[in-house]
Amino acid sequence: MRIALFVTCLGDTLYPQTGRATLEVLERLGHEVVFPPDQTCCGQMHLNSGYRREARALAKRFAHVFADCEAIVSPSSSCVGMVRELYPELDESLREVGTRVFELSELLVRRLGVEDVGASFDGRVTYHPTCHSLRVTRVGDAPLRLLRAVRGLELVELPAAEECCGFGGTFSVKNADTSSAMLADKCAHILETGASVCTAVDGSCLMHIGGGLSRMGAPARTLHLAEILAS
Amino acid sequence: MTSFPEAARVALANPQLRANLANATTTIRAKRARVVDEVPDWEELREAGRAIKANTLARLDEYLVRFEEALLAAGAEVHWARDAAEANAVVAEVARAHGVTEVVKMKSLTTDEIGLNEALAAEGIHALETDFAELILQLDGDWPSHILVPAIHRNRREIRDLFARTIASGGLSDDPRELAEASRVYLRERFLEARLGVSGANFGVAETGTICIVESEGNGRMCTTLPPVLVSVIGIEKLVPTLADLEVMLQLLPRSSTGERMNPYTSLWTGVAADDGPQELHVVLLDAGRTNVLRDEVGRQALQCIRCSACLNVCPVYSRTGGHAYGSVYPGPIGAILTPQLIGVENAKSLPYASSLCGACYEVCPVKIDIPTVLLHLRGQVVEQAGSRSERLAMRAAGWIFGSARRFALAQRLGRIAQRTGIAVGPLRTWAKTRDLPPVPSASFRDWWKRERA
Repeated sequence: MRIALFVTCLGDTLYPQTGRATLEVLERLGHEVVFPPDQTCCGQMHLNSGYRREARALAKRFAHVFADCEAIVSPSSSCVGMVRELYPELDESLREVGTRVFELSELLVRRLGVEDVGASFDGRVTYHPTCHSLRVTRVGDAPLRLLRAVRGLELVELPAAEECCGFGGTFSVKNADTSSAMLADKCAHILETGASVCTAVDGSCLMHIGGGLSRMGAPARTLHLAEILAS
Repeated sequence: MTSFPEAARVALANPQLRANLANATTTIRAKRARVVDEVPDWEELREAGRAIKANTLARLDEYLVRFEEALLAAGAEVHWARDAAEANAVVAEVARAHGVTEVVKMKSLTTDEIGLNEALAAEGIHALETDFAELILQLDGDWPSHILVPAIHRNRREIRDLFARTIASGGLSDDPRELAEASRVYLRERFLEARLGVSGANFGVAETGTICIVESEGNGRMCTTLPPVLVSVIGIEKLVPTLADLEVMLQLLPRSSTGERMNPYTSLWTGVAADDGPQELHVVLLDAGRTNVLRDEVGRQALQCIRCSACLNVCPVYSRTGGHAYGSVYPGPIGAILTPQLIGVENAKSLPYASSLCGACYEVCPVKIDIPTVLLHLRGQVVEQAGSRSERLAMRAAGWIFGSARRFALAQRLGRIAQRTGIAVGPLRTWAKTRDLPPVPSASFRDWWKRERA
C-alpha cells in the first residue's frame, strides 16, 4: 500500500525520530511511504483555543495537501481525531479526508491486520492511553496488542491509566497549576509501576509527561510507540 | 468573578482539601461504575434520556403552558419569574403573607443560583437548610463545592468540631452516625414548627403538573409535607413531557449521581390534596437566562442536565481544584458550559478553558451532553467577544506561519536558534516552571526527508 505520512507540526519540529520510526515500521512491512512536503499543521491548536476561522483555513489546507493520498498515517491520535472527528463540524466538505486518515496503531492492527511487526525491545514498559486515543480516535487496544508482540518487552499496567496527564494543549499553560497537579499524579503512577519507559500514541502528551519525569530526575523516560515498534 | 486559574491556585495549595476531594471523588466514581456496568441497556437508556430532554427543550413553550394548566387544575398557584429578583420576591411575598420569619428548605441548586437565602435574609426571614451537608455549610458560613455532595471538601473531623461549636450539646465523636443524630435532633423541632417549606425540583411533569424530587435523607419529604404552605422553585428546563418519562430518568439519575440503584426517597406531588400535606402550593417557574441558552443551537444541550454530578466526579480538573474555583453554584464540567451561558461568556471567560478536553465527562453523562464540543463552541465565543489581543495576534501569526510549508520551515530554524539563547519567554516560561522543555533537534523531520529521501 502507498501511504502518506502526516508527521504533525510538533513531531516534525521536536520529534523527527518518531516520524522516521513510523516510516521504518511501515517500510519493514513492505509498504511505500511518502511525505507530502507541503504539510504543516492540522489546526488543532487553533480550534482547541477558540480560533475557529484559523482552524478552518488550516483544515482546508490539510485536505488540499493530502487530496490525492489513498491512505494517510500519523503517529498522533489527537491530530487524527481532529481530522476525522472534528473537521466535519468545521466544514461538511471536509468529512471525506477523515475517512482516509489513520493513527499508526489502528492502521497496523485494524487495517493491515498486523500485531507482530518484528520488533524487540529490552525493558519494562507501561502504556498511557491518551485521552484522545481513548475517547476521540478510539484506537482501543491496538497499541497494547502491538506492545504485547514485542520481543523482550515486559508490559506493566499503569494505575489510573485512563486519567488525563494534564496536557490539553494550551490548557497546560493557561491552567498551569492544575495541569501540573494532574501531571504530578500521572508521573507518580508511572514510577509506581517500576517501568523505565512510558509509551503512548501522542507525542504531545509524551512531551508533557517526559518534561515532568525529567524535571523530577525520575528513573523513567517517555518513548513513542512507533519508536518501540521500530527497534 | 475571580478567574478560574487564580481561584484554582488557592485550592491546589490546600493539601487537606485535595485529599478530601481525591478520596470522595474516587469513591463515588467507583460506586457509579459498578452500578452502571450492571445495566445491560445503559447506552440505550442514555440515548432515551437525551432524546426526552432534547425533545422537551425543542417544544418547551408548549410543555410549559401544559404544565401551568395542569398545576392550576390541581389547585396550585403558578408564578412566572424572568430573573432571580422576581423569583425571590415571590417567595418573600408568600412568607410575608403568612407572617413567617423562618422557612425550612431542602437542598436546591436553583434557589442557590438565585441567592434566595440572602434575599430572604434581607427581608428578615431566615431560610434554614435541612440537608445534612447544606446545614454544615450554613452553620459555618461556607458554600457548596459539589452539586450532589455540597460539603465534599470537608471531612468528618472538621464537621465534629463545627457541630460541637454550634448545634450539639455535650461530647461528640466523629462517628458519622453520631454526627447525623446531632443534626437530626437539631432539625426535628424546626420541621415540626415550620409553617413554610421551600423546595426545588428534579423534574416537573408537563402532562400532569406533578413535581418530582429525589433525595437520600428524607429532609426534602419533610419540607414538602409538614409545613401547611409550600413554594417550589423550578428552572424551566426541568420539565419532562409525561410521567412515563420518569421511568427513564429515575433509572439514570441515582446510578449516575450517588452510584445507587435507587435513591432512598422519591417524592411526587400534584397540586394540593384535601387534608393531606400543604394546603397551599406555589410554583415559581424560573427563566434567569435559560431562554437565551435555548437560542444557541450548540450550547442549548447544557439545559438537558439533570444535575447528577457524574461529570464532576470523573473530571481530572474538578477532582483537584474542587468546586469553589468555578465561582458558581454549578461547578465542574457542566458548570464550565452552563455558567458562561447563563451569565454571559464575557462574565465567565476563563470557564470554557477550565478543561483539558479529556472527554471523561461526555463518556459518563446520562443524557449525553457533549461537553467537549460545547466547551470548544464557547471558547470560540470568548475569542470573538472577549478575547485577549496579544493571544489573538499570536494565534493569527501561528496561522500565517502554518499557512505555508516554507514559512513553517523558516520558523523551525528560528526556533532552533532561539533555543540556543536558553531564554524561555511567555508560554514557554510558564511551561518550564514545572516541566522541562524538550531539546529542539538539529534537524526537523522535513530537513531529514529532504536530505535522505527526496
